[in-house]
Amino acid sequence: MQEGRVLPAREINRDLLRSILTTPNWYWVTVAIMAIIVLGAMSAAGMMINKGMGLTGLNRPVMWGFFIVNFVFWIGISHAGVMLSAILRLSKAEWRRPATRAAEVLTVFSLMTAVMMPLIHTGRPWRLVYWVYTLPFVPYDFARGIWPNVRSPLVWDPSAIFTYLTSSILFVMVALIPDMAVLRDRTTGIRHQAYALMAMGWQGTPRQWKLQIIAGILLSALILPVFVSVHSIVSWDFGMAVSVKSWHSTIFAPYLVVGAVHSGVSAVVFVMILLRWIYGWENYIRHEHIDALGRLLIVVATGWFYFFVMEVIFGFYGREADEIAVRNFQFTQPPWNLWFIFFTGLTYFLPVSLWLFKWTRRNLWIMSIACISVNIGMWLERFLIIVPGLAQKQMFTFDWYTYAPSAVEITIIGGTFAMVTLLMLLFSKVLPLIPLYDIKEGDILKTEIKIGRATVPATFRED
Amino acid sequence: MVTQRVDHKWGMVVDLDRCTGCQACVVACQSENNLPINTKDLFLQRRAYEWIRIERYWEGEFPDVKARFIPILCQHCENAPCEPVCPVFATYHNDEGLNVQIYNRCVGTRYCANNCPYQVRFFNYWEPVWPERLRNHLNPDVTVRSRGIMEKCSFCVQRIRRAEVTVERRERSNLDYATMKKRNFLPACVSACPTNALNFADQADVSGPVKEYFDDVNEHPHGEAHDRKTRGYRLLEEMGTKPNVIYLKKVDPFPLRKGVSHGS
Repeated sequence: MQEGRVLPAREINRDLLRSILTTPNWYWVTVAIMAIIVLGAMSAAGMMINKGMGLTGLNRPVMWGFFIVNFVFWIGISHAGVMLSAILRLSKAEWRRPATRAAEVLTVFSLMTAVMMPLIHTGRPWRLVYWVYTLPFVPYDFARGIWPNVRSPLVWDPSAIFTYLTSSILFVMVALIPDMAVLRDRTTGIRHQAYALMAMGWQGTPRQWKLQIIAGILLSALILPVFVSVHSIVSWDFGMAVSVKSWHSTIFAPYLVVGAVHSGVSAVVFVMILLRWIYGWENYIRHEHIDALGRLLIVVATGWFYFFVMEVIFGFYGREADEIAVRNFQFTQPPWNLWFIFFTGLTYFLPVSLWLFKWTRRNLWIMSIACISVNIGMWLERFLIIVPGLAQKQMFTFDWYTYAPSAVEITIIGGTFAMVTLLMLLFSKVLPLIPLYDIKEGDILKTEIKIGRATVPATFRED
Repeated sequence: MVTQRVDHKWGMVVDLDRCTGCQACVVACQSENNLPINTKDLFLQRRAYEWIRIERYWEGEFPDVKARFIPILCQHCENAPCEPVCPVFATYHNDEGLNVQIYNRCVGTRYCANNCPYQVRFFNYWEPVWPERLRNHLNPDVTVRSRGIMEKCSFCVQRIRRAEVTVERRERSNLDYATMKKRNFLPACVSACPTNALNFADQADVSGPVKEYFDDVNEHPHGEAHDRKTRGYRLLEEMGTKPNVIYLKKVDPFPLRKGVSHGS
């Protein structure tokens, strides 16, 4: 049984299209600020490409730093979309409805941002033609028999990510068609033409609905393997590195996938709370939804924690001296041990203890704090996975060093956060961030009628 | 006309008993291979280029202390961990047993450097610059690497090629160690070593100085290292990277007192 009253379709349209058809004062101010941060980050990246990677804090043992940490982080955030839309759609969780669109859109934008990170991170981004062969319009030098090295995890990685990007854009577009039609009918001029184009002649006939639903379910099922494989393959960038002892672990794939879902779903919860606050969507993003996501997150977080503990235990259980040495470094030497305490506290203990009670799950402030803390913690987790293993790579102690990010790196990292925010804001201006038809469908399903003394649902789904 | 082609497989033997840690090899390599000047800044940033470096480890506690030196250069592994991870094939193994870096192809993902257990890959974090007075000093046989790419020891492949051409085409004589040596095919570090701690030759060349060590180490792999007749061993042998560089153990006639812990 769902909470909240059943709203008339007219009111749903008016409320959820408010973000598109009206522009509040703060909107352009926020867009301008975010755009300035993005421009700053872009010029920092340009400067780095011009002068060389020396502007970062990277050095000889630590060849990968903040950029790769941030790359893995945004890939992780992108796992929210499929988790919420595809998995919850297939498992028919009713409370998913208002969250799906925001999650899918966040997926697309965070993936786009993530893809930029390795490109910025390379020493010669202008030579990427040798690497990113997956795009069909890139002229690859096949004529001279020069092929990409398919043994390299860095070739599997863009293949997986571009597959995921393509399929999640498709996923969003298919789900958007009915809402585009609503917008087409409520706009004029050039906007009307654009929406009409994207609505692809949607009339809302039963056949069109049927096709749209089938396409959605098919895509949900097809995107699931991609979803699992993307972060597995990203984790193999580390897992396949035989020489970095703390990376070279078979558990990395499930560990990082669950961690990605953990941080991604938390990010979606935070985005939803923000949307509810900004656009006044109290009737749509209700406490029950946040509550349900909080309960889901307890399971995900605990699953993640299990893998985390296992990853540490495997090293000790196998008595692998090199790996134990890295753990010793992480657990006992400042500042790494402090980061470690922060990371476990912020990722697991603080948020899960906040999610355990119903009143905390229904308090939006507490939920926001928990979800932000998860994301800070997960960012730190990637940092603690990537850097210490490199800084004290066994066995040659002579070459050990540490790593501190430079201002350029921090600017670029800040720019990625601003970029995702900017893209979400711009999206909210042109397309609804809560699916209209999905809410209406949910309302129809929860409408009840009285037959005699009994109250029964007015509609049954045949499935 | 090429008289006869030899399927070379190059190998180096580093005798740690002879190494005095004088760093002549480091300087020789620096000038042969157009390495940028390692300034104080570069060292402090930990971005110095040393295709061969002398690692110095202290053994024992003061005053019972010994300095140990080990020259570390690219091991030219047969199972190199750096090779399969490069997405663009910028590094590969050629048929002479050399691990080769193609500067043109490198995009600078730096994965190879992460995956090298010996940490002998160097990334050009800055565009290399030389002082004005060293302008004519650069070796014309070696590419000057731009910023953003990875570089490493090549076993001075340019010297090997030049000697091969001279011996084969001009002198029409055999490509064996003695003839090649006259044409200066040895890597810069090997020619510079004052104590002959470094030796370089074809692994199968009977006239060369390395054959007996490679035969011995190959005959008795890691698991049965105690059967070896020589002092030879490979670095991180248990990783199975099969380096083409063999180290000879230091002979220590006066070991430190027992119970002395290893200091740093």
